[in-house]
Amino acid sequence: MTHEILLAGFGGQGILFSGKFLAYDGLLEDREVSWLPSYGPEMRGGTCNCSIILSDSKIGSPIVSNPNVLVAMNLPSLDKFEASAVPGAKIFVDSSLIDRKVERDDVEVYYIPATKLASDENLPGLANMIMIGHVIAKAGVMPYENVETTMKKLVPAKKQNLIELNIKAVELGYNY
Amino acid sequence: MAEKVLMKGNEALAEAAIMAGCRHYFGYPITPQTEIAAYMAKRMPVIGGTFLQAESEVAAINMIYGAAAAGKRAMTSSSSPGIALKSEGISYLAGSDLPALIINVQRGGPGLGGIQPSQSDYFQATKSAGHGDFKLIVLAPASVQEMVDLTFKGFDLADKYRMPAMLLSDGTMGQMMEPVSLEMGEVKEYDKSSWAACGTKCEREHNVVNSLFIQPEELEKYNFERYERYAQIEANEVMYDEYKMEDAEICIVAYGVAARVSQNAIDKAREQGIKVGMIRPITLWPFPKAVLNAAADKVKAFISVELSMGQMIEDIELATRCKKPVLLCNRVGGMIPTTEDVLNSINKANSVGGDK
Repeated sequence: MTHEILLAGFGGQGILFSGKFLAYDGLLEDREVSWLPSYGPEMRGGTCNCSIILSDSKIGSPIVSNPNVLVAMNLPSLDKFEASAVPGAKIFVDSSLIDRKVERDDVEVYYIPATKLASDENLPGLANMIMIGHVIAKAGVMPYENVETTMKKLVPAKKQNLIELNIKAVELGYNY
Repeated sequence: MAEKVLMKGNEALAEAAIMAGCRHYFGYPITPQTEIAAYMAKRMPVIGGTFLQAESEVAAINMIYGAAAAGKRAMTSSSSPGIALKSEGISYLAGSDLPALIINVQRGGPGLGGIQPSQSDYFQATKSAGHGDFKLIVLAPASVQEMVDLTFKGFDLADKYRMPAMLLSDGTMGQMMEPVSLEMGEVKEYDKSSWAACGTKCEREHNVVNSLFIQPEELEKYNFERYERYAQIEANEVMYDEYKMEDAEICIVAYGVAARVSQNAIDKAREQGIKVGMIRPITLWPFPKAVLNAAADKVKAFISVELSMGQMIEDIELATRCKKPVLLCNRVGGMIPTTEDVLNSINKANSVGGDK
């Protein structure tokens, strides 16, 4: 089983961090993992994306050109990557930031108002992890029971409050 | 087996250099390799090493010269335009028979170019990293693990043969994270007392580190001696990896990120029944000539997949004595060939190549 995941949004939305979360789980699960950020000039306040591959066999190219899981956290990202997803892909859209619907009819689409939920639930800046929670629920990219262990591996213990908030955000997205 | 950690290529490389005994790093920032300098800036003071951000690339490479002349393991890193600035110093290192490790995390060129991945410094690294007759050992990692392993290997080979080595990487390898084991084994110590300028304690003659030989007979002698050493390296240090070559009728040659993309294309082509494999040079110099020449008697065509306008392809043609056609599959300027691009080239090679 190979998940080719593309996370995309604005710089500052935590795209790279949420990608790292999935990559760390892959590491703990002893899967083959690659994590590749976009590092172009567009990162300075502009769009940002991150390729993550989780696989049970050796990974060739670390570049995800045709994702089977696409997370779009702003309109430019959906515009740019919608066409690239493989048929049957699962596309996750932050519907509080993206007005339009996905136009393709050969993909499964999940709309979740992650940014609004983050704001309503007092989880500032954690729309990314709400999205990831929903991705875990619908695309099975990692076992839900790993969330706490993986988060503790990724976030240093001295930032205990962040661990709790991140886990809460993932839970919220998972149960949405 | 050691526990694996998830690290960026650039950071894993820096940690590997420290584990290999490097305590002297001199550099100057440039994307996409700045994480190496940042990592060194953080770690070196803690472990009693030296991190110095020089005023320029030219200064940094000459600091390397100084540390290497004193017999210390020294490393600098940069990206394409910065390596060009270092090239004078690299030639001086070679001319003085000094070991050092130089990292090039390549970006698109020429000129200031761009900051995205590239392999367009192949000629620079393998043919002409500076003026005069000399070679660098050139190592080409294709994973974060190899960023680590080849850094370790690079220091060892540099010391073993008393010459600079280069790790020729690219922005993708530098920026990506993969699980990596930092278990390296023993660092082999080389006796440098016969040449290093590390203090005589008034007990021996001075060692002189120098690349100026005004008598042509003497300069020629050193050049000849150096090329005898290069011949040993060509005989003993070639490294490459083979992928599905057992029954291959088409042979892809690719290194670094191009090899990673090619692997995907090979798997797809084989699903279509095309027998294609890959020889991946790990040392670009010495180039794996013998294995390519042997492959030329079996396959009907080669494809050079590279992020340049076609540089390594010349070495493939030379190594195989042009016995079989060599196609070029390339993107440049910071673009990377897609799996589909490589697959198209495979199909082309399958229809045009050879006698089948």
